[in-house]
Amino acid sequence: MSATAPAVPNGPPDTYPLVTVRGLTFHRGDRVIFQNVDLDIRRGGITAIMGPSGAGKTTLLRLIGGQLRPEAGRIEVDGACVHELGRRELYQLRKRMSMLFQSGALFTDLSVFDNVAFPLREHTRLPENLIRTLVLMKLEAVGLRGARDLMPSELSGGMARRAALARAIALDPMMILYDEPFSGQDPITMGVLIKLIRTLNDALGLTSVIVSHDVKETASIADYIYLISDGLVVDHGAPDALERSSSAWVEQFLHALPDGPMSFHYPALPYAQDLSLE
Amino acid sequence: MIEGLQRLGRATLFWFNRLGRATLFLLRLLGALAALGKRPGLIVKQLYSVGVLSLPIIAMSGLFVGMVLGLQGYANLVDFGATSSLGTVVALSLVRELGPVLAALLYAARAGSALTAEIGLMKVTEQLAAMQMMAVDPFARVFAPRFVAGVIAMPLLAGIFTAIGILGGYFVAVQQLGVDSGAFWSQMQAAVRLVDDVVNGVVVKSAVFGWVANWIAVFEGYDAIPTSEGISLATTRTVVNTALVVLALDFVLTAIFFGA
Repeated sequence: MSATAPAVPNGPPDTYPLVTVRGLTFHRGDRVIFQNVDLDIRRGGITAIMGPSGAGKTTLLRLIGGQLRPEAGRIEVDGACVHELGRRELYQLRKRMSMLFQSGALFTDLSVFDNVAFPLREHTRLPENLIRTLVLMKLEAVGLRGARDLMPSELSGGMARRAALARAIALDPMMILYDEPFSGQDPITMGVLIKLIRTLNDALGLTSVIVSHDVKETASIADYIYLISDGLVVDHGAPDALERSSSAWVEQFLHALPDGPMSFHYPALPYAQDLSLE
Repeated sequence: MIEGLQRLGRATLFWFNRLGRATLFLLRLLGALAALGKRPGLIVKQLYSVGVLSLPIIAMSGLFVGMVLGLQGYANLVDFGATSSLGTVVALSLVRELGPVLAALLYAARAGSALTAEIGLMKVTEQLAAMQMMAVDPFARVFAPRFVAGVIAMPLLAGIFTAIGILGGYFVAVQQLGVDSGAFWSQMQAAVRLVDDVVNGVVVKSAVFGWVANWIAVFEGYDAIPTSEGISLATTRTVVNTALVVLALDFVLTAIFFGA
């Protein structure tokens, strides 16, 4: 089953999707990751990309961020075709977008403060006292102002992600890409992250893209959801609409059902044949 | 037979492929050097890591190598009544060969492997990818400062290794074995030439070795498969490949500088 992305609206530019993906095709070796995929990321909202492990969710973020190039198709971010940009132009675009990595990807030789200050020091000529003020504001937003002198090795997993989130908003980007922000987190930390993502998105006027397979948590804050599997967009829509979907695949995925179109077994020879019983 | 040839072909292609990638990496690295002029602090920080922190092993090794040279030289020269030439033997051995070569091998083991592991771990933990997504070029911010610091540190470490080695030889020869101090130093002064021996031996050789050792170390980290096993393999390759290339280059440079 496949579905196409909603049409690009004919309205003022700020109502155009921030990201448009058209005809995206990408392989890893012989394996199809995306086959002619279309999707749109709407401005100002939280769009979730969900699907089973190995469906290519993180790959999609890397394609949007220009870390990978599609084999066919077109990916545009704010009107710029990402994979046609030169390195300089791509870096200019990346200054306006951030990515929160699954591991946090904090620089291990820098303190929390210096991690958050890193993009400010690299891309601005602000005096150090102003950088300090900005960093403390970002850390306050994620509740880690008191942890500014800690090293990444001294942080819990949830704290590391919050510190990385503070770093991600340091330059006030237009968009944040979240790669599995909830994986491996305890329920309290997960609740904190959910609230933070929603609050920051609305307060800072961001556009957020969340890649996750934590269905309940992601659906609770997403404005729009794309479900991808086997290289295709299986379905998309608002969380409520997907809840009412008649698709057996969507039903199985959203309600974590063990039986359904998705097979439990990896493709293999018949069991009896493998055990040499026939 | 055919299978053997296939394996050989595959291995050859693999190595040419890696050499090509390493060359492209070096070109991009050199392209990033210009940006370093505005950020000398990045080089200074790395000079501390690869240079200052390598000093203990360089100094200790230089001392023992010099002492061994003193002992071995004395044992052979004493039969011919030529112990006054011991200073020359110790100094020329160290200045022309042992100083730059052993310093490079020790550098690869201490600093080169650390550079590879550090960069490889930055890759595994997505720090390099995060940097790229923050529009910061890892070539300018991570690789180039480490490479330049290593290239600067190598001749300095080789010089220190050589100087301490000569002192070690002096200690054994003069203090322990009774060789005349004046003869030790004067023979050395008469035999060791500044440009032919010191510049070609310590400075040029170790600059070449430093270039190669740091290129290999930084590239191996960058090219490491992002798993714990991948980093382990990359670190091993850094030490082994640097040792082989340094020894081969030493032969070439010795033939150029000191060959008949």
